[in-house]
Amino acid sequence: MPQYLINGYLPDDFDPSTMDEAAGARIHALNQEMIAAGVRKFACGLGASKSLRLQSDGEVLITDGPYLEAKEHIGGFWILECADMDEALAWARKGIVATQGQGELREIFFMPAPEEGTE
Amino acid sequence: MTDIHKTIEAVWKIESTRLIAAIARVTHDIGIAEELAQDALITALELWPEEGIPANPAAWLMTAAKRRAIDSLRRGQMLVQKHEEITRELEFQQQQLADAMDRALDQVIDDDVLRLIFTACHPVLAVEGRVALTLRLICGLNTAEIARAFLVPEKTLGQRIFRAKKTLSEAHVPFETPRGDELRKRVASVLSVVYLIFNEGYTATSGEEWMRAALCDEARRLGRMLVQLLPGESEVHALLALMELNASRTMARRGSNGEAVLLKDQDRSLWDHAQIQRGMSALEHAQKLGGGAGNYALQAAIVACHTRARTTEETDWQRIVLLYDALLQISYDRLSPSPIVALNRAVAVGMAQGPAAGLDALDAIATPGADSPLACYHLLPSVRGDLLMKMGRFTEAREEIQRAVAMTQNLREQELLTERLKQIEKALTAAAL
Repeated sequence: MPQYLINGYLPDDFDPSTMDEAAGARIHALNQEMIAAGVRKFACGLGASKSLRLQSDGEVLITDGPYLEAKEHIGGFWILECADMDEALAWARKGIVATQGQGELREIFFMPAPEEGTE
Repeated sequence: MTDIHKTIEAVWKIESTRLIAAIARVTHDIGIAEELAQDALITALELWPEEGIPANPAAWLMTAAKRRAIDSLRRGQMLVQKHEEITRELEFQQQQLADAMDRALDQVIDDDVLRLIFTACHPVLAVEGRVALTLRLICGLNTAEIARAFLVPEKTLGQRIFRAKKTLSEAHVPFETPRGDELRKRVASVLSVVYLIFNEGYTATSGEEWMRAALCDEARRLGRMLVQLLPGESEVHALLALMELNASRTMARRGSNGEAVLLKDQDRSLWDHAQIQRGMSALEHAQKLGGGAGNYALQAAIVACHTRARTTEETDWQRIVLLYDALLQISYDRLSPSPIVALNRAVAVGMAQGPAAGLDALDAIATPGADSPLACYHLLPSVRGDLLMKMGRFTEAREEIQRAVAMTQNLREQELLTERLKQIEKALTAAAL
């Protein structure tokens, strides 16, 4: 069964303390529902990012903040196993309602791991 | 179908189970619950294309179902809570019903879904009825899809579902999760339905390819749901393991022309290793729960032996023989000795100890009588032919394989057997020269 990534975007100046209890409860309930429906493979929230950039002298430059200038950043994501894109969209719809945010849905394509593809 | 209808259908597929389960808690009848939910869906199909999909589709559908329920009650067609309420005012009943339905969705608990599964798989139903109800109520497939998967006319399938719902209602099957000793038996019934759905998709010899894949997917999804709902039941984990491990070979089971590829000839790099890992960890879980000797756990352990091996030769056939011994014992204990298990065991013995030992094991299975399920089972002469071939007894092998060809209707199997006949002919010619 194909797997899908649903990521939710947060504004760059997002303050987690502004998230109310109701939002937490909604997201928790949705996670429970996804688990009960047997579709949820993984879910998480993401912390602040550090960017890494290879410089011309071969040094890796590490800076705080996202690599690209953006008004939003990825705040977390779900990985779901669904029958098809339509079903994944239906879940993503619920995800956006629960998080009251905006997001993106993409199918995940798997590459075989090296030890699987050598024969 | 337009995009919006596809969207509504997808929303329905993920919401319907909990919706039906919640309504059933109020109506105590899954037939009525499903009808109310279906009515709500019809309303949605009328209104959503105009108004858009509501933010909380489940709550919307529940409200629509509630209106319908109150309508039916008003018309005196609904028997909900008839005994307690019969002397009271109809208005009061309506209020009760409305409140109950409002509460129901707020507190949909996993238990409701579990009750729904246990009811749909109730032993009072014929097995085909259990399968149809499960796919309809828990997987959210529609009648046409189920009919297509099982190659029966839609009308037949519709009647099957209708009869099943009627039987449940007439038998006053309570909408509940069984307790104590009863639980284990009923879990077994649920698991057998799920495995049947999986096998229909995995081994069915005809039908549309994609629909069969969908059955495998639905069965695995049911397996994952059950693991969540009944985490303490080892066989639930074991069945999920068995399905994951079997499904991991899907890509390798068909050649480029759609022909069947036997396990020994499969390109093992095409096996889905992520799936194998999931299957292995589910099996470990079952074993940790003390269920290593369960029916599904043993079957999963056998498949695990195959998945661990890089080639047929490297397979731990000795261990497989032992696992089949244990499986056979279970079938004897249940007083339903399985000739298929015995046949598979003979194959494993042939691999572990050589073809002569395999042939002995095969001969130990009593020659099937005319009423035995093995009497017209092509794999019996096919396996015997294989073993004879390995022993160099080509003339006898040819006879067996020819019998096997005559017994199977399956074109792909026939192709495989015909291929083997050619090999035998070649060997016979070489011997004659």
